[in-house]
Amino acid sequence: MTALIEIQHLCKRFGASKVVDDLTFQVDRGEVLGFLGPNGAGKSTTMKMVTGFLTPTSGTVCIGGQSITEKPLQSRRQIGYLPEGAPLYADMTPAALLDFVAGIRGLRGETKRQRIADVVSRIQLGDVLNQRIDTLSKGFKRRVGLAQAILHDPQVLILDEPTDGLDPNQKQEVRSLIQEMASDKAIVISTHILEEVEAVCSRALIIANGKLVADGTPQELEARSRYHNAVSLQLSAEQAPLAAARLPQLDWIDSCQTLDNRTLLIFPEGGQSVIRAVAQLATTEGWQVEQIYQQGGKLDDVFRDLTDTAGARS
Amino acid sequence: MNTLGIIIKRELAGYFLTPVAYVFIVIFLFLNGIFTFYLGGFFDSGYASLQPFFEFHPFLYLFLMPAVAMRLWAEERKSGTIELLMTLPVSLWQAVVGKFLAAWLFTAVAVALTFPMWITVSYLGDPDHGVIAAGYLGSLLMAGSYLAIGACISAVTKNQVIAFVVSVMICFLLLITGFPSTLEVFTGWMPDLLVETLRSFSFLTHFDAITRGVVEIKDMVFFLSMILFWLYANAVVVELKKAG
Ligand SMILES: Nc1ncnc2c1ncn2[C@@H]1O[C@H](COP(=O)(O)OP(=O)(O)OP(=O)(O)O)[C@@H](O)[C@H]1O
Ligand SMILES: [Mg+2]
Repeated sequence: MTALIEIQHLCKRFGASKVVDDLTFQVDRGEVLGFLGPNGAGKSTTMKMVTGFLTPTSGTVCIGGQSITEKPLQSRRQIGYLPEGAPLYADMTPAALLDFVAGIRGLRGETKRQRIADVVSRIQLGDVLNQRIDTLSKGFKRRVGLAQAILHDPQVLILDEPTDGLDPNQKQEVRSLIQEMASDKAIVISTHILEEVEAVCSRALIIANGKLVADGTPQELEARSRYHNAVSLQLSAEQAPLAAARLPQLDWIDSCQTLDNRTLLIFPEGGQSVIRAVAQLATTEGWQVEQIYQQGGKLDDVFRDLTDTAGARS
Repeated sequence: MNTLGIIIKRELAGYFLTPVAYVFIVIFLFLNGIFTFYLGGFFDSGYASLQPFFEFHPFLYLFLMPAVAMRLWAEERKSGTIELLMTLPVSLWQAVVGKFLAAWLFTAVAVALTFPMWITVSYLGDPDHGVIAAGYLGSLLMAGSYLAIGACISAVTKNQVIAFVVSVMICFLLLITGFPSTLEVFTGWMPDLLVETLRSFSFLTHFDAITRGVVEIKDMVFFLSMILFWLYANAVVVELKKAG
């Protein structure tokens, strides 16, 4: 079976600048792909091409096996899209807008009424249904945008910064909504909130200057962090300097950093897991361990490393 | 309702969601009245006809139609909703034709509201109803041509004011090529064929023919091809400019 979203050698030029540069990836049913990258990396531009709004300079996008440029209408029917900034017709009400989109999506009569009611209650839009959209708060506009995207229960969901501007409760709501829908859809979300990636994404893709720089599960990406398997060790104030002097002499330890006068951060050689060895050592040396734990790695750190070096190269 | 119908309905409702539609209709009727009764000498002509009423339409529409059309695409592009619209399962032609038809229908509503004029002449005298019907037909066709130009230009820019000004200028050019005084400038030194071609591209030439009650295929074809040409250009422009 082919993947729901298949992207091959996608490129986009605006004048002389290459904004998206040879992106190739797939998204399968059941996956939630986090699309990451610094401002101006080309995330939104890629999404615009995937949804058929922009024509690629070169490369192909297939949705459910059909090319978006060759079968634009059939492909678009399978996609729900929240564009960047959630543009909406300002002088309409959410009720009228949802009715319009549902109509265009081919929903009729009772089915239409039912679908709109479902989505409205799921996204909690009931209170603002008959208020003009330009008088809604930013978060509510985003929610209306999200509602229109999922109205027809599409197989493919492309959400450009879906939680931007939402309050913490709504952020949580939207994340759980995405997770609920994930099992039978291919979902792509772009975001600048890295915890969100850890919370909802089964896979993350980092791009910088239009190029793919990393692709993997959030855990795999975290493993690339300098902090991956680093051991944080807290001792008494007297023993800490002794340990800080002793530890770097061991060949399985790369370096050791003093965080405050009691806490050391130990970076293992080659990213191996050394927590047991450190604990062992502490016992033999007679150190009073107050706290010891191993870090998973920090996504922000990986993000910074990957996107900074990519920036320096170009 | 099919996709085209849903688009037309949304656009048409869009006109009435703001006071603009009502203001427009009032101004339209008011100007029609002024032009017809005061400047046109409706009562002095001694004939029961709506000729003076229709005579002013090319000039009235010159400003009013670009005003109706200017928001069609400029607003979509400015607010970014074009991205919402063009990623729905809507084809380019459905969007272009739907928007145009909505503007045309809106204009038709405004034009239909001038029916008291027709009643007045019928009451005062015995007009040729065929000629009046032809006048309305010509008026609507010309309005459609102006609207198609306005819609196309509104896709070129995000700024409605610029769209308005440029549309008025283009419509004005297409109007004055039919003026005897304009044609005089060209006769003599330009080949007659060219002058004749210029004349045949004028709204005025074809409009006058229809409002005199002579509904000829060639005049209808002129307006309809004018509309089709500008709608085609509209689609091309939308496709080219939607990214920026
Ligand atoms: N229509 C356009 N014409 C010219 N350049 C454009 C156009 N659209 C986008 N760009 C450029 O393409 C680059 C990528 O933009 P894009 O919106 O895809 O970034 P992004 O990754 O979504 O960033 P952000 O995180 O800020 O949303 C930017 O440098 C932008 O200036
Ligand atoms: Mg973006």
